[in-house]
Amino acid sequence: MFSFEVGSLLNIAVVLGAGLAVSVMMIWVERRFLGFWSDRLGPNRVGPFGIFQVIADAIKMLFKEDWIPPFSDKFTFVLAPMILPIVMLMALAVIPFAPGVGVMDLNIGLLWIFAMAGLASYSTMLGGLASNNKFSLLGSLRGTGQMISYEVFMGISILGVVILADSFTLRDIVESQRDGWYVVPQFFGFIVFTVAGLAESHRWPFDLPESEAEIISGYNTEYSGMKFGLFMIGEYIAMVVMALLMPVLFFGGWHAPFGLEFGTPLISGLFWMSVKAGFFLLFFILVRAALVRPRYDQLMSYGWLVMLPLSLINLLVTGAIVLYQAG
Amino acid sequence: MSNSAAHMQQSETELPAVIAQLYQKFGESAFVRQHTAEGMPTVWVDRDKILEVLKFLRDEASPRFEMLLDVTAIDERLRVHRDGQPDSDFTVVYQPISFSGNCDVRIKVALKEPDLNIPTAIGLWPAANWHERECWDMFGVVFTGHPNLSRIYTPPTWVGHPLRKDHPARATEMDPYRHDDDIVDTEHEAMKFNPEEWGLERKSDTSEFMFLNFGPNHPAAHGVIRFALQLDGEYVLDVVPDVGYHHRGAEKMGERQSWHTYIPYTDRIDYLGGVMNNLPYVMAIEKMAGIEVPDRVKVIRVMLAEFFRICSHLLFFGTWAVDLGQLSPLFYAFVDREKAFNIIESITGGRMHPSWFRIGGVAQDLPNGWEVRVKEFVDMFPKKLREYDKMVMANTVIKQRTMGVGKMNTQDAYDWGMTGPALRATGLEWDYRKDRPYSGYENFEFEVPIAVNGDCYDRAAVRVEEMRQSCEIIRQCLENMPSGPYKSDHPLTTPPIKEKSKLDIETLIDHFLSVSWGPVMDPSEVSMAIEATKGINSYYLINDGGSGAYRTRIRTPSFIHIQAIPFLSRGLMLADFTAVVATTDFVMADVDK
Repeated sequence: MFSFEVGSLLNIAVVLGAGLAVSVMMIWVERRFLGFWSDRLGPNRVGPFGIFQVIADAIKMLFKEDWIPPFSDKFTFVLAPMILPIVMLMALAVIPFAPGVGVMDLNIGLLWIFAMAGLASYSTMLGGLASNNKFSLLGSLRGTGQMISYEVFMGISILGVVILADSFTLRDIVESQRDGWYVVPQFFGFIVFTVAGLAESHRWPFDLPESEAEIISGYNTEYSGMKFGLFMIGEYIAMVVMALLMPVLFFGGWHAPFGLEFGTPLISGLFWMSVKAGFFLLFFILVRAALVRPRYDQLMSYGWLVMLPLSLINLLVTGAIVLYQAG
Repeated sequence: MSNSAAHMQQSETELPAVIAQLYQKFGESAFVRQHTAEGMPTVWVDRDKILEVLKFLRDEASPRFEMLLDVTAIDERLRVHRDGQPDSDFTVVYQPISFSGNCDVRIKVALKEPDLNIPTAIGLWPAANWHERECWDMFGVVFTGHPNLSRIYTPPTWVGHPLRKDHPARATEMDPYRHDDDIVDTEHEAMKFNPEEWGLERKSDTSEFMFLNFGPNHPAAHGVIRFALQLDGEYVLDVVPDVGYHHRGAEKMGERQSWHTYIPYTDRIDYLGGVMNNLPYVMAIEKMAGIEVPDRVKVIRVMLAEFFRICSHLLFFGTWAVDLGQLSPLFYAFVDREKAFNIIESITGGRMHPSWFRIGGVAQDLPNGWEVRVKEFVDMFPKKLREYDKMVMANTVIKQRTMGVGKMNTQDAYDWGMTGPALRATGLEWDYRKDRPYSGYENFEFEVPIAVNGDCYDRAAVRVEEMRQSCEIIRQCLENMPSGPYKSDHPLTTPPIKEKSKLDIETLIDHFLSVSWGPVMDPSEVSMAIEATKGINSYYLINDGGSGAYRTRIRTPSFIHIQAIPFLSRGLMLADFTAVVATTDFVMADVDK
């Protein structure tokens, strides 16, 4: 049965606000860290450490001409960029941050996230199709193909976790990791999930739907101003969701490592959750600075020939062990 | 090694082997021989025989002439000094090159108005295609049998042939430009894309193709070039490159400038090559004038040319990685390039276009303390190259993306006129600096890197290794920089040595004329080629006794290399196409001149 528990209004406001704020700040964080990793400074002019670059960017984006190409399908063209941030915020809603912190607990939380991730691909697909531009078309085709393939084993890769925790509720999954993180028994699941997560959020090196060396900017080539901004923010929210899911599923969520708990469970939980999620955010940026984009067919065959079997074997072995232990 | 020098002296006294063979095959009466300043064997032949002669040179001559290095034309109608040359209005010049025999030959064909046509050489060398289109575009020489004799640099609506002597060279010589509605309409009509005109089918039995306009503004197009791609899904079926967006008539400018004032224009041909572009130009003039430059000048020139080779290859390296989807190497490469540019700036005062070489020398002596900065660079750079090897060249994904992609063998390279790193990547060990040393390269110890597969990876690997060798050459320049003057003590050195002007009125007048008009030399023809950053770059200058060139021909490697892109990329995916484009390593200013 479908059951859920919604947090207090304060809870909702703070979590969604913080989620959005962090996502927006990621614009600056990413540019700054990419800069460091490629021997540059990154944005450092506006405000302390260039932190207000985000505001400057936002102002620029808001005041840019909001151009809708006359040859596009106007309704879909406007609709497409809205889908991504909305569904990603909805995915964010089921993530537990600390004991008592979270928008809602859903007994099918994990499935909910997958449903939202699946819907997000419509943003890419419709955006590219509605643009009526050949580069966009190629981008949206790539995006759709990539989403469909990588979602398959992204789902399979975390079934191991579900078997171990015996629940789809994210809060229960975190709770069941009190005595040991799932990254150890589910190491292959973790690897597959990381790769698939990067691919799902179109992060480098899996940004084939918009690889600028080949198809200019892919599905969002025709977008400018705030509509482009929505795509960008949506992608950053997806990245934040992915970075939050990592600790929730594999690294013990808000539980402190090595018993390093301090203060109240709430403070300690929020602290450790932020540290863990922050680590993965930076990891995603580092990956972008370091790795090479594979070719589309290589990406596909890698997915179906390596990742899928790996995740299936992982699932079978986990299931077998759990059944054996249960007698 | 000193083949070319020996060869040159030979030509003065006895018949070059290639001409002897031609005489033997076709009879001496079929040819008229011409002497040129650089001693390249040059003969005139009738239009009816040209194809036979070229075919003989390609297939039967010993050594064989594998590649057609250049085809160009000369408008002879206003030329005064043509002693002994057959009567001609327009002369078509073919220049095949033999790598196995390390020699050249120049074949000329005289054409009289109004009968300006000559059979096409595409059947012998596919690379002749664009050369001949260029000749038609610039001179109006018709190549009969050419499959697509259309404008290549100028727009299809252009009237006239720009390199003809009666075509205006400046806007002020023309009527004011109008931008009326009817002109706009014609221009728009001419811009319409019609696949059939480009030789592309709209559909096959099974699928309808998509035409993708890759460029003229595309992040991976490396400048204003346009490729019309015929796609089946993501597979590239055919490519038609469209160039000319950057054409500014550099050869025409050469006819208006004096020998000296043309130097800055050369910098902007291959704008990543900087002073390396000055080198073939000033060396050609020096040969014409008989100037022997001091050793210090030679070594300074080599050092700067190699710095620019490193700069150019670093830019290639970074953009190549970005085109494959790796972000960071570009920035690392630019940091190193910046260091090299800082040194270039402290020596020449300029960065990308220093225009620093002079006829008979260089502009200034090296600044005090140059050794320190150069030493820092040569100590630092090899370490950085090792880092790049680990980060990029050893990267598995990069290898997967580029190995076996865009392959060509040595014969293909001959056919398509590929020189430089692209030719060496197919396994041919031939480098102008080694095989025909100029500017004292024979005194340096360096390797000529080659690869075997001729694919995208190999082309990149050859360039990376060339950077290492260039760094080694710079180190040798640093350690063995000769002392002495930075300008030749020759009267035609431009600008002449200032101190001398203060001695008496004669030298003052001499100096004044040399600076205001530039040097005047006896009429002659000369060509000089170098191993430029992207391949063989040659300047073919015709001096009719004026203070500048009667005709300046610049053979640029990039122009020829673009032609091979369709050959390299048919059947690949779109992502591979960008890899091919990146490793072809062209500069649009070098393509369009």
